[in-house]
Amino acid sequence: MQQKDVLPMRTESDKRATAPATEIITGAEAVIRSLIAEGVDTIFGYPGGAIMPIYDALYDFQDKVHHILVRHEQGATHAAQGYARANGRVGVVFATSGPGATNLVTGLADAHMDSTPMVCITGQVAAALLGTDAFQETDVIGITMPITKWNIQVTRPEDIPGAIAKAFYIARSGRPGPVLVDITKNAQVAKLDFQYKACEHIRSYHPHPALNADAVKAAAELINNAKRPYILCGHGVLLAGAEKELIALAEKADIAVASTLLGLSAVPVDHPNYVGYTGMHGNYGPNINTNECDVLLAVGMRFDDRITGDVTAFARQAKIIHIEIDKAEINKIIPADVAVHADAKEALAALLPLVNKASHPEWLQMFKDADKKEDEKVRNRELYPTEGQLKMAEVVRVISEQTDGRAILVTDVGQHQMIASRYYRFKDPNTNITSGGMGTMGFSLPAAMGAKVGAPDKEVVAIIGDGCFQMTLQELGTIYQSEIGVKIVILNNNFLGMVRQWQQLFFDKRYSSTEMINPDFVQIAKGFFVPGRKITERSELEGAVKEMLATKGAYLLECVVEQEDNVFPMVPAGAPISSIRLE
Amino acid sequence: MQKEYTVTVYTEDRIGITNRISVIFTRRGINITSLTTAETEIPGVYKFIITVLSERDRLEKVVGQIEKLIEIHRAFVHDEDEVVYQELALYKISTKSLHTGDIEKIIRDNNARILTITPDYFVIEKTGHQQELIAMLQKLEPYGLIEYSKSGRVAIVKWSRRFHEHLKDLSLIEADNLKD
Repeated sequence: MQQKDVLPMRTESDKRATAPATEIITGAEAVIRSLIAEGVDTIFGYPGGAIMPIYDALYDFQDKVHHILVRHEQGATHAAQGYARANGRVGVVFATSGPGATNLVTGLADAHMDSTPMVCITGQVAAALLGTDAFQETDVIGITMPITKWNIQVTRPEDIPGAIAKAFYIARSGRPGPVLVDITKNAQVAKLDFQYKACEHIRSYHPHPALNADAVKAAAELINNAKRPYILCGHGVLLAGAEKELIALAEKADIAVASTLLGLSAVPVDHPNYVGYTGMHGNYGPNINTNECDVLLAVGMRFDDRITGDVTAFARQAKIIHIEIDKAEINKIIPADVAVHADAKEALAALLPLVNKASHPEWLQMFKDADKKEDEKVRNRELYPTEGQLKMAEVVRVISEQTDGRAILVTDVGQHQMIASRYYRFKDPNTNITSGGMGTMGFSLPAAMGAKVGAPDKEVVAIIGDGCFQMTLQELGTIYQSEIGVKIVILNNNFLGMVRQWQQLFFDKRYSSTEMINPDFVQIAKGFFVPGRKITERSELEGAVKEMLATKGAYLLECVVEQEDNVFPMVPAGAPISSIRLE
Repeated sequence: MQKEYTVTVYTEDRIGITNRISVIFTRRGINITSLTTAETEIPGVYKFIITVLSERDRLEKVVGQIEKLIEIHRAFVHDEDEVVYQELALYKISTKSLHTGDIEKIIRDNNARILTITPDYFVIEKTGHQQELIAMLQKLEPYGLIEYSKSGRVAIVKWSRRFHEHLKDLSLIEADNLKD
C-alpha cells in the first residue's frame, strides 16, 4: 500500500478519563465515557452536524477509542455487525441525524433479523426543534421502531449514561439485537453530573428464562426413544457459545446434525455426526431426511421459510423439540411437541446427562447415501470441473483448502453466498458471517472489514458477487485509510446470478434487468490503493489464491466465472422440502 | 375463523408504546377495532385493552411478539367469555324531541341516564356491550340524534387474580427512571 496522509493520533493521556467517578461534564463527553465504561474500544461511524459535539468529545479519547471512518453509514452498520459476529462484543455505530440516521435502516433491520448485538448512536436536532421539520431532522425513533430490539430518544444530558447502559444491556442479553439511542444536540452540549452504572435489570424484560426441568426431561425421553434423531443447529448455538455442548450431545446419542445458514461453523464440517447444511440450497441429505427423522431437535433457530419450504409438508412424521431463547419463536411456524424456552447452552448442558448413549449407524448411513447422490449429480462437477469456464464452487474449494477452513468467511447475498456456504469447510465457531434473514446485498465488504477489526489475528475472506460488490464498494476507501487487511474475492458472472437463475427456472428465461455490464474491478481497487488481480482461467486459480493470501494487507481477487451457472440442489420457494431438485 | 377478541397488554409508561404495540398488528394486517388505555392500580404500569377481529392462533403469535418488546410486562388474548367487559356510549339528542314519542321509556328500558340538559340538546349515557349500545342508537335515531360517541372496551379478566399479585410485586421493583 502507498503511504497516506492520516492525522497524527493524539497520544497525551487524558486526565479526565482517570478522574473520580462523579464530575460535571458535557453530555457529549458522557457518551464517550459511558461507551468506555461498557468496554467499547472500536466505533464505526460518520460525522455530521447533529453529532458534532460527540465527535468533538471523541477527539480527546483517541487513545482509548478507535474510530473507523466509513464511507457510508450503511457500511458502518454492517461493519459493526461483522465485528460483533467475529468477536462476540457489541458493535457500535455513530451517525448524524436525518440522512445519516436513515442510512442505518438496512443494517439495523439486518441485525434485527440475524440477532446481532449492536448499539447505534445518532445525533438529533435540538429538543426545541423536534417535530418542526428542522434541517436534517427525521423521526428516527419512529422509523426504526420495528427494526430495533429497543430504541430511545434522549433529550436531557442527565439521561445519557442510563440510556447507554440500558442500550448495551438490551443489545447483548437474551436474544441479542440492535438498539438505537438518539441524542438531541442540546443534550450533547449541556452538562451533567456524570456517574456510570451498568444496567443489570429491567423490570419488564426477562432475557434469561428459567430452565424448565420437566421440559428437559421430556426432551431427553424423546431422544432416548428415537431411532432417527436429528438436530437442526441454528445461530442460537453460536450466540450462546453452546457448540461444545451440542457436539457432546450429538456424539453421545449419535444424532445426525444439520446446520442452518447462520448456524454454519458451530460444528466442524468434518465432524462424523455433521451431515450438512439445510435449506433452499442446502445439501440433499439434510433436506430429504428432515422428512425421515423421528425426533427433530431444533436448537436456537426459528424455522425460516428458506428452511421449511411448505410448512404443511415439513417433518410431519417427527416429534419436534424446540430449544429457543426467544419465546415468540416457539410455535410461531412449527408447533413444538416439547418446547424448551431457554438459553441453548444451559438447555443442552442439562439435557446431556439425561440422554442415553446410543448408536444409529443405519440412520447416519442414509445421509451418506444421499451424499453420494449429491456428489454424483452436483458436487463432483462443481468442485472439480475439468473443462469450461471457472466455477464458483471450485474457487471456494481452493480458498477453503488454502485457508485450511480456518478463515472467517464473509459472504454477501445470492448464488456466490449459497455456493460459499455449501463448499467452505468450516472448522472454527463464528467463522461464517453472512446476511441470512434479510439477505442484504452489499453486506459482505463492510462486514468483512468489521470482522477483521474484531478478529485481527484471523484471516478474513470476503466472497462477493459482482452485483453485491457495487452496492458498497466505496468501503474500499475505509479499508485503505484504516489499513484493514481483508481479502476480497469477487465471483464475477456479469449477472445478478440468483435472480437470473429464478428467471431461467421459473420465468421462462426472460432475463429482465439481470445482466450487468461491469467496470474493471481491479482498476477500481487500484484507485483505492488496494492491490488486486483478475483471473479467467482454471490454471491461474491456485496461484492467484496463494498470492492473495500471501499478500500483507488488503487484496482483491476477481474471478470471472461461468455466466449461466445455477445453484443446485434447490427447493423451489414454498414447495415441500421433499421436492428438492438436484438438477 | 374470524371472531372478536380482547387483547390486554400491561406496559411501562413510555412515549411511543402505543406505536410499538400497534405496529405488530399492522405487520400482520390486523385492524384494531377499539383501544382503551389507562394506568393500572400499580403506578407507572399501564393496561391496554385492544379489540380486534382475527383468529386465535394468529393472535397468540401477535401477543408473543408484543410480549417480546422491552417495555411490555405481559400480553394476553381473551375470548369473549373469558372477560367481563363494558363499553360506554354518549348520545346527544335535540331537546325538541322530548315532546315526541316516549323517550322516557327508552331510557328506563336501557338503564341509561341523562347527564345534562340544555335548551338545545340533552346527553344520554349508557354502558353495556357494543350490540346494546348500537341497538339504543337505532332506537334514538328517530328522535333527532345530533351526535354519538362510543368508548373502547374496559375489561376484567375472569382468571386474573394471580396476575394482580404479580403486578403488585412489580411495584416493589424500581421503575425505569428514563423518560423520553
